[in-house]
Amino acid sequence: MKFTVDSRRSTGVDIGAARTKLGELHGREYWRSLEELLETDDFREHLHREFRVPIDSGVDRRELLTLMGASIALAGLTGCTRQPTERIYPYVKPPEEIVPGEPLFYATAHLHEGYARGVLAKSYEGRPIKVDGNDLHPASLGGSDVFAQASILNMYDPDRSQTLTERGQIRPWSALLAAVKLTLEQERPRRGSGLRFLTTTVTSPTLQAQIAAVLAELPDAKWIAWEPTGRENVFAGTKLAFGQELQPVYAFDKADVVLSLEADFLGSGPSMPRHVRDFVSRRRAETMNRLYVVESTPTLTGARADHRRPLTPAAIESFAASVAAGVGVGGISAGAPADAFADAVAADLKSHAGASLVVAGETQPPAVHALAHAMNAALGNVGKTVRYVGSAADTPAAQTAALAELVGEMADGRVSTLVILGGNPAFNTPADLDFGKAMQKVGLRIRLGLYNDETSRLCHWNVAEAHALESWSDARAEDGTVTILQPLIAPLFSGKTAHELLAAFSAEPEKSAHDIVRDQWRGKLPGDFEAAWQKSLHDGLVDGSAFPSRPVAVRSFPLDPRASTLDPSLTLLFRPDPTIWDGSYANNGWLQELAKPMTKLTWDNAALMAPATAEKLGVTTEDVVELSFAGRRVEAPVWVMPGQAEGCVTIHFGYGRTRGGRVADGTGFNAYALRESRTLWAAPGVEIRKTLRRYPLATTQHQHSMEGRAPVRAVTAAAYLENPGVVAHMGEPPPGPHDTMYPQLPRGSYAWGMAIDLSTCVGCNACVIACQSENNIPIVGKEQVQRGRAMQWIRIDRYYKGSLDAPETFHQPVTCMHCENAPCEVVCPVNATVHSAEGLNQMVYNRCVGTRYCSNNCPYKVRRFNFFLYSDFTTEIKKMVNNPEVTVRSRGVMEKCSYCVQRINRARYAAEKENRPIKDGEIVTACEQACPARAITFGNVDDPESRVSRAKAEKRGYGLLVELGTRPRTSYLASLSNPSPALAPAEEPEKHKA
Amino acid sequence: MSTAEPPHSEQKPATGAILAPGYTFTTLTDKLASIALSRRTPKSWFFGAAVGFVLTMVLLATITHLVFKGVGIFGVNVPVGWGFDILNFVWWIGIGHAGTLISAILLLLRQPWRNSINRFAEAMTIFAVSCAGLYPLLHTGRPWLDYWLVPYPNTMGMWPNFRSPLIWDVFAVTTYATVSLLFWYVGMIPDLATLRDRAKALWAKMLYGMLAMGWRGSARHWHRYETASLLLAGLATPLVISVHTVVSFDFAAGIVPGWHATIFPPYFVAGAIYAGFAMVLTLAIPLRKIYGLEDFITMKHLDNMAKILLATSLIVAYGYAVEAFMAFYSGNVYERYMMWNRATGPYKHMYWALIFCNVLAPQMMWFRKLRHSIPALFVMAMIVNVGMWLERYVIIVVSLSRDFLPSSWGLYKGTVFDWSMFLGSIGLFIALLFLFIRLLPMISIFEMRVILPEAKVEAKEEQA
Repeated sequence: MKFTVDSRRSTGVDIGAARTKLGELHGREYWRSLEELLETDDFREHLHREFRVPIDSGVDRRELLTLMGASIALAGLTGCTRQPTERIYPYVKPPEEIVPGEPLFYATAHLHEGYARGVLAKSYEGRPIKVDGNDLHPASLGGSDVFAQASILNMYDPDRSQTLTERGQIRPWSALLAAVKLTLEQERPRRGSGLRFLTTTVTSPTLQAQIAAVLAELPDAKWIAWEPTGRENVFAGTKLAFGQELQPVYAFDKADVVLSLEADFLGSGPSMPRHVRDFVSRRRAETMNRLYVVESTPTLTGARADHRRPLTPAAIESFAASVAAGVGVGGISAGAPADAFADAVAADLKSHAGASLVVAGETQPPAVHALAHAMNAALGNVGKTVRYVGSAADTPAAQTAALAELVGEMADGRVSTLVILGGNPAFNTPADLDFGKAMQKVGLRIRLGLYNDETSRLCHWNVAEAHALESWSDARAEDGTVTILQPLIAPLFSGKTAHELLAAFSAEPEKSAHDIVRDQWRGKLPGDFEAAWQKSLHDGLVDGSAFPSRPVAVRSFPLDPRASTLDPSLTLLFRPDPTIWDGSYANNGWLQELAKPMTKLTWDNAALMAPATAEKLGVTTEDVVELSFAGRRVEAPVWVMPGQAEGCVTIHFGYGRTRGGRVADGTGFNAYALRESRTLWAAPGVEIRKTLRRYPLATTQHQHSMEGRAPVRAVTAAAYLENPGVVAHMGEPPPGPHDTMYPQLPRGSYAWGMAIDLSTCVGCNACVIACQSENNIPIVGKEQVQRGRAMQWIRIDRYYKGSLDAPETFHQPVTCMHCENAPCEVVCPVNATVHSAEGLNQMVYNRCVGTRYCSNNCPYKVRRFNFFLYSDFTTEIKKMVNNPEVTVRSRGVMEKCSYCVQRINRARYAAEKENRPIKDGEIVTACEQACPARAITFGNVDDPESRVSRAKAEKRGYGLLVELGTRPRTSYLASLSNPSPALAPAEEPEKHKA
Repeated sequence: MSTAEPPHSEQKPATGAILAPGYTFTTLTDKLASIALSRRTPKSWFFGAAVGFVLTMVLLATITHLVFKGVGIFGVNVPVGWGFDILNFVWWIGIGHAGTLISAILLLLRQPWRNSINRFAEAMTIFAVSCAGLYPLLHTGRPWLDYWLVPYPNTMGMWPNFRSPLIWDVFAVTTYATVSLLFWYVGMIPDLATLRDRAKALWAKMLYGMLAMGWRGSARHWHRYETASLLLAGLATPLVISVHTVVSFDFAAGIVPGWHATIFPPYFVAGAIYAGFAMVLTLAIPLRKIYGLEDFITMKHLDNMAKILLATSLIVAYGYAVEAFMAFYSGNVYERYMMWNRATGPYKHMYWALIFCNVLAPQMMWFRKLRHSIPALFVMAMIVNVGMWLERYVIIVVSLSRDFLPSSWGLYKGTVFDWSMFLGSIGLFIALLFLFIRLLPMISIFEMRVILPEAKVEAKEEQA
């Protein structure tokens, strides 16, 4: 319960003191407002006004009687400690669709870099608990990524901004409306020349229309968008190549040969699930594509490459030029240096003209993008594997220049009102602009934000933002497809959407987000509006809203002169963090504790450098170095990264938050502090100085080679097609069925099993977070991760093979194998882990006393132990994220993958009610559902027709450690690769000797 | 390990050396009973008891913290699910072996030299088993539910899993503790009666009187006593072998490379005897000095024990050799790596220190001169105590830290609470031992009387 404080007093609240106090709170202690927390005079006075609570002891008789009456009435409510203190009401008329215990699914969208990706959110009795991909949405196809999966935790974050404040004082919404009205009155005469809107990338047609309407009325006002991971290079590249800003849309499923110029299309980006699905659809032995990757820092895309070459940014440019010359792009053949690898790539691309694809990453300069487009055009790929559509974002694509202009105006005092919608510009804008300092010259600063963060601190008005799952809105995917976002829950903290805040600047300031979005689409949907509206909400996308392809023609463009210059010394690369992205997920414990796919680091970022670079600098992992660039200095721990281009140091931004929340603060270092507007992605000439200190990092995997064992089996497609039995011979065979003294256990009606295809798994971690969300897995914190106590039920093992400088990288999801002869079951003294007739290795939490013998005896080490009370049993709001179908585990018990037994049972109830067997595909485990690659299949292995049986029947199937006789129910399909015959023997030139 | 005994039984003729000459029934009884009854408590007793009690408080504090916070205060993690907890359990259980071995097996083998050391060796066994028992009880995630390991009729209709070696442990250790306690107590009854008769203070008379259970020393009492102690000795003998065999099953029945070996039962039993005798020496050497018991615990005893140490060290060394050989001979990649990792991995110092302590250092016991040097013996015993602790560390921690899948390998390090619990259990052991020394006859008075020449005639008749 929250009451609007109408106190006009402005003594101010000491947020720092409140934080300290909150930090000390334990158990079931709530606070209603910051004032109460600090027991300020204001609060006491307010209590007195509202509830007649006496300020001092002088209580007269009347008051005493009133108070006694009230306390007697309240006593019944508060008698039981578990009862909420607020009044609760039972349903008089139960809502039609809500059946207690039955989840409902709603289509909405997850926004990533401003772009929409369709999701289905699962809700129990009006409480959303899980987010998954939407099959119908073109950017999702049912798959999701770690950010979409973890976004649910952000919604229930107790550190979220919870109230509307002005200079720290809680205000009603009407006060903000009044303030905006006053501003508009001031701005109107000068045509809004002092008004600026700063947003992140906006693809919402409604928001675009709203801002356009404001700008139409106040033509000198400006709208600037800043996304720290913005794709201005993409648009600058198409502008260079085609003369217009376009969004390329790729069809990886149609490409036989793909060249990635540091494009991490399998690891990040708004359309990542789509790209992964399309790409892996061509990783089957018979129709295998081939992927070449050149990149400076290892990515998931590089890990899946058939040929990967670590190159410095400058070398990537010249490499692109060489390949472009090779495939016959006109006008550049002269300057391109000769390179055997580039020639081979070019030849391969050329021989697959029309079915090849060159992709440039967002971090590449426009020239490289333009080269990629020119190559695609020259190869005849346009319209086949790539098409171009208009941009979904409506602001100038050159975000950095626009931002620099804004900062200039602010510094000159020409901006009187700055409205910041979302983002966190005081933290994530380039350091040389010094946004925070310039911003303080603005007279009125209004901020809509999810958190009370670094930017909020500098703003007068702070409006708590509604989370995407609490909001009505809309947004476009990269290809233009519109999704209308619908709220699954009323804003938990009375947050507002950007639409509502912008409405304040319009003629209808009180209009709700729902009406705003609906009115935007009224008349724009095909057919009957109500029906089309409902269908759009139901499907999660607006039919026919995708942009049409635009015809393109390559113009001649100058090559960047940088291409021929050598990097002076060390180059600093800036990249978004693989798990907390640009810092907006920094307060998300699931993502903080998620091992980053390439480094397996948690809770920190580090300066990644190639082994040779580290050797040259005389540093090693965990040594602290001082990075200095253009007079700015940052200290960072070193992480030696095999496969990193020599001379490149990568730092991930998003860490080093100072006001990010209880989870975010104190983790990592701030890479933005070195990022300048002219060197957004690569800064040549960084200086590195070794300090004598060390900084402990928490990693979940310490051993990186397979030690001559074969947990991951990999084979070339050619070798596999020639002899499919090759995979079976890569490890020891299992013992025969008669090599045991124990009788075969009787089988139940079903035999559940799982197959994981290592050929299609890209190691993106989506399954890990999906499992964490589905199964109420707690986070444990950095110190516990360091001590080897991370709790995720799925771990993605990452192994290297080959040289230190350019190794092959393999990812392997490992979870409970549900062994038929499970070593864990025999040794449990209390029968807490037992086998079901259907083959599940079940963990009975209530029976577990915690001897940990099962974990010791598990050869896969997939069991997780609650060494402390890791689950949060006290923070009310955090309990809401829990799946009601899964037990929240307490201290001292073992836990592990259950094959999502709650989903199995739900399918069983449905089947038994209808008196039929469970159908194949009816049970989808959380990991399987999240996987964008569809690498995981689950089902009945006794049914030869089931998907999982067919997968297991493939000759490249193998079990992990089957030689131990465990008979695992989860098995793997060997990873296939398709190296070019032209390059295969000459791979991995011996460059350095360690 | 009874197979190790025959060579020592040949040392029998030197009976005279196991007790200094010149004692009569009375003087011997006076001297030994006075320790508990009339002699002034030496200052060193107070010092030792204080150390013991302080460390016991450390133990209690650790246990309190453990119960409130959770087993996470220890260094255990996911590859290494057992650390100091189980390693100290095995270490203490091993130490607890010598007592019963000396009492039961040497009694059956009629080794009278045991008479002067069996009482405190048995006490040591009881205390060591008590310390050992703390660990499995407290190392679980939810210690308040440990009783679920015991088969008892319950409303849940649940039985423990009889296939689990931990259940076998429950039976083996509780049986061993019970029989050892009974054996110790029954063996003490005649001496308790002696103390009762000689006690001056009322409380002492009452205490010893109750404990003596009405012993009057009649022929019938002696007859029953002899039968009972023979029966108990017969019961205890297989237990000496079974308890550590079962403890070794905790590991041997697992599939972890470095655990899953058939050599484990005999190798663990030998190791336990080795550790037990080392601890007897560790205690006997200072005790005989402080209480002037050189007459009763003679060089002959020390020499015999040193020889047992040497013999068992050879058996243990054989165990190490077989482990290494089998790892190589199996051709199994995991087994081979396990051995390679022990010798060259992150814990290689532990392994080589263990080889030094348990294989190389005991070889000095071949030399009579060293066997008869008290400081050398004491140092040797300490080296063995450390070596046997390291052996369990290598078996438990090092094996677990690197098993099958390289991705899940991880290191283990004991935390401050691991150490405080370990030191605390040593404190408990010391505290109990000092109470025992002060209150009960630490050398069996009546059995020592049997050794006296005065007793020879009767003794022979008794035996016949």
